[in-house]
Amino acid sequence: MTDPLPTDVVAARVCDLPDPELPVVSLGELGVIQRVSKAVDGHLEVVFTPTFLGCPALPAIAEAIAAVLAECGHPDGKVRQAAAPAWSTDRISAAGRRKLAEHGIAPPRPVNAPTPVRLGLGAPCPHCGSAATRPHSTFGPTRCQSILRCTACGETFPYLATV
Amino acid sequence: MTEDAALLASRLGDDALVLGQRLCQWITRAPTIEEDLALSNIALDLIGHARALLTLAGGLDGTGRTEDDFAFARSDREFGNTLLAELPNGDFAVTIARQLVYSHYAVLYYEALAGAALPELAAVAARAATEAGYHRRHADGWTVRLGLGTAESARRMQAGLDHVWPYTTELFDEDEVVRRLDEAGTAPSPAPLHAPWQERVGEVVGQAGLSLPTPRWRAHGGRQGLHSEAFGPLVAELQSVQRQFPGGTW
Repeated sequence: MTDPLPTDVVAARVCDLPDPELPVVSLGELGVIQRVSKAVDGHLEVVFTPTFLGCPALPAIAEAIAAVLAECGHPDGKVRQAAAPAWSTDRISAAGRRKLAEHGIAPPRPVNAPTPVRLGLGAPCPHCGSAATRPHSTFGPTRCQSILRCTACGETFPYLATV
Repeated sequence: MTEDAALLASRLGDDALVLGQRLCQWITRAPTIEEDLALSNIALDLIGHARALLTLAGGLDGTGRTEDDFAFARSDREFGNTLLAELPNGDFAVTIARQLVYSHYAVLYYEALAGAALPELAAVAARAATEAGYHRRHADGWTVRLGLGTAESARRMQAGLDHVWPYTTELFDEDEVVRRLDEAGTAPSPAPLHAPWQERVGEVVGQAGLSLPTPRWRAHGGRQGLHSEAFGPLVAELQSVQRQFPGGTW
């Protein structure tokens, strides 16, 4: 049994966990960890926000967080899911966006940004940078991704849909 | 009042669960692989809404029932979904018509519910509204594409709209439960949303070169547990594993 690690250390480890569906980004970078704090009963509590209410990765995320709590000496720690405030792609950090792009997933545009006016309708291609991309399928391999096709280099690529 | 709120949450949850189950029946049968993914992703969202709403209902009514208790341990008569949600899939145009009318309603009603007095219900509604917006865009796109496609696709899209239309009024019905919640300021009635809903759907239908149906009858009874012939087999399929292995986990 290890001595319980301080809250900020646990928080950093929780935030470092990879997202089960997009392992190139961490839960912290994705913005799903709302807070890690001491609850009224004195136990550590992690509150996270589901990206989508029906996201199949939610149980895996909760389990992974619980495992970190146990490893850090907080076996009584609680993991709680909170729908409010709702998750938005605006919560993805700059580092998270960069990593997504490096792995061929076009990062989301800001939620309130106007749709850019250009020939294509989609996000810039993560392979060649061309803006001439077209939507191919609104629903991709996971609930949060759409599929776009680049008319310049011909590649299809996933886009993390703005919500 | 919390009992009324619980009933509201379970009715909305039932709509989402039953429609989600219907959409799952498209898996491997949709016209293209993209559509297979689209319809199953929409089903996944709807089942997510159902899970959150039914869990909430079990907490509010004091029974402590779980989402599984609601989904797997109730009889047909205890489901409060509208008949629209349980309508058989029909051809692709019928499914799109059903998605069109439901998702436009879902966006409007969940947006209204996002201001509800119960914070957890409001939070789930706010989240569900943005997801339903995604489903609405999918249905809008297909309605226009089929309406402006070939003579055959237009004929079938219109037939789909004509088929689902008598079932839409039930979504906006007001009964004692809804009235009490509305008067208490706990949750708004969907009734005032009927006109803006008709306007929004009408706009899409117009863009598709189709016309809004004027049905001579309307469906009712689903919220009171009076379901259609098609409902029994759907519930039987939904509950088959839990009925064989009660309480099983995997």
